[in-house]
Amino acid sequence: MQEFLQQLVNGLSLGAIYALIALGYTMVYGVLRFINFAHSEVFMVGAMTGWAVGRQLPQGTWWGGLVVLGAAMLVCALLGMTIERLVYRPLRGTATLNVLITAIGVSLLLQSVFQHPRVFGATPQLFPPVFPERNFALGGVALSSNQLVVIVVAALLMVGLELVVHRTRLGMAMRAVALNPQAAQLVGVNINAVIALTFALGSALAGAGGVLYALNYPTVEPLMGVMPGLKAFVAAVLGGIGSIPGAALGGLILGTVETFVGGSAWLSTYKDAIAFAVLILILLCRPTGLLGRVAPEKV
Amino acid sequence: MESKVQSPKSGIPGPHLALVGALLVAGGVGLCSDWIDPYHLDVLTNIGINVILAVSLNLVNGHTGQFSLGHAGFMSVGAYLAAAVTLNLAPRLFGPDGGAAGPTALLFLGALLAGGLAAALAGLLVGVPSLRLKGDYLAIVTLGFGQIIVVLFQNFEPLGGALGLNGIPPYTTVGWVLAWAAVAVFTVGCLVRSTYGRGFLAVRDDEVAAAALGLDPTRYKTVAFVVGAFFAGIAGGLYAHFRLTITPGGFDFTKSIEIVVMVILGGMGNTLGVILAAVLLTLLPEVLRPVAEYRMILYSLLLIGLMLVRPQGLFCFKRGRTN
Repeated sequence: MQEFLQQLVNGLSLGAIYALIALGYTMVYGVLRFINFAHSEVFMVGAMTGWAVGRQLPQGTWWGGLVVLGAAMLVCALLGMTIERLVYRPLRGTATLNVLITAIGVSLLLQSVFQHPRVFGATPQLFPPVFPERNFALGGVALSSNQLVVIVVAALLMVGLELVVHRTRLGMAMRAVALNPQAAQLVGVNINAVIALTFALGSALAGAGGVLYALNYPTVEPLMGVMPGLKAFVAAVLGGIGSIPGAALGGLILGTVETFVGGSAWLSTYKDAIAFAVLILILLCRPTGLLGRVAPEKV
Repeated sequence: MESKVQSPKSGIPGPHLALVGALLVAGGVGLCSDWIDPYHLDVLTNIGINVILAVSLNLVNGHTGQFSLGHAGFMSVGAYLAAAVTLNLAPRLFGPDGGAAGPTALLFLGALLAGGLAAALAGLLVGVPSLRLKGDYLAIVTLGFGQIIVVLFQNFEPLGGALGLNGIPPYTTVGWVLAWAAVAVFTVGCLVRSTYGRGFLAVRDDEVAAAALGLDPTRYKTVAFVVGAFFAGIAGGLYAHFRLTITPGGFDFTKSIEIVVMVILGGMGNTLGVILAAVLLTLLPEVLRPVAEYRMILYSLLLIGLMLVRPQGLFCFKRGRTN
């Protein structure tokens, strides 16, 4: 039982990170209907920014940690908007597959830029412990302050996003564009601004996710985004792509399942496969995901 | 889509003659290979393998319109099975010195076919459940299956686990590769142009309309998937006996993407374009070798630039096709 609770805590903190990244995928999919493969590299850039800023700051302070988090979110929001403006906007309206390939191109570009020795190089670097570290024991369940930070920050950001999407004019415009871009434009929504801000929000969440991930698995390297990115995408599909609560739920489920499988004695080496197996099962039984709505096919 | 329906005039007269010609050329190049620079031979072999991969994926992605991101997974099945066959049988049949040319060639052919059939079987197993899905979902499920195949090989100790297989006999020659590339192009080309094969294009252009005409879309998709997987498996076998070492990591998502990029740059469903794109994308890293530090940066910039400038594919000169 104790071990179960321990794995549950570990799984939730991993799942919270997946959820943060998955939100970006799902928001972009919601408004533009394409898989932003470069999102996993935005996550990586977030971790890199955190690493670069964190080294300059005194370590183990709350304000330092928050500055690192804020810097990463800001840089990622700008990066997301830049990518959208320079690459995705000119391609809007062309075939989905072309946009997909371009996204993969952007992803390769960011990876290779960071792999260049003058920028970062291929060697993994230790992520500085920017938040104060303390370990708690709750009835035999060990909980590090970093895990707590991950869960709390992720929860706050998700609640914040939910408020933005459902309580502000921007959020209403985002939902309108997701529902029907042409109609939204007809009633005076500035589609370009809404899409740019969607990218900014999603990328900022990925940046926060990058810092939180790097805190718990304390290294950063240019290819670190690939696996978490793929799994977060799986989480987004699992929850129902386009659905914001779905992405959060999918991330939590995936993180928990993965941690339990990774902790079991004879399945642990299949950890990376399990995420995809879960995905395939879900898609075959319920292709719209857990919370996704069925879109009727128009002929 | 009248632009896709090629008149008999636009095709090469007598595809069978063309195949025989191509096989003769392949044999000729194979015989002269002693006089060709080894570096050029390597590049040529790589080109041939990539042509097989791209043309076979083109049947699935281009002609049938089913976006698959797991082609490298099928390639790995073929590579592993073919390598296992030759690694186990070659020493028993021929002793430590290797055998005469005839029996080795037969063994290699058998190994390749076994690899191809195993990949085709994997294609069937993956295809039947996942081809019920469409578009992005299909892409992500095939991606998932590709990753799962990699993890399975990583954990399967009899085939070397994460370290992979080493010391595979160097059976792949440029002649073999070019011959198989010719067979792949011929098979896919003839399949798509046959009466039966019109079904692939119909399913791509409008699945509902195709079903209304009495075609079975799922069946066509599965056939395309299985044939594509078969040739991916053959390419894998050739790759294994060319590189002599294979690891599961070499067949991951990145490899699948590389093949998809060839298909898209060539223009989906445009066989000649896809072949040219495969040649170009194999040559590109070689050309960029002097600026090795910036190689990947330039490659990705070119990829983005091409998609922005020529979204219909580099070699598609007909009217642009949109989804």
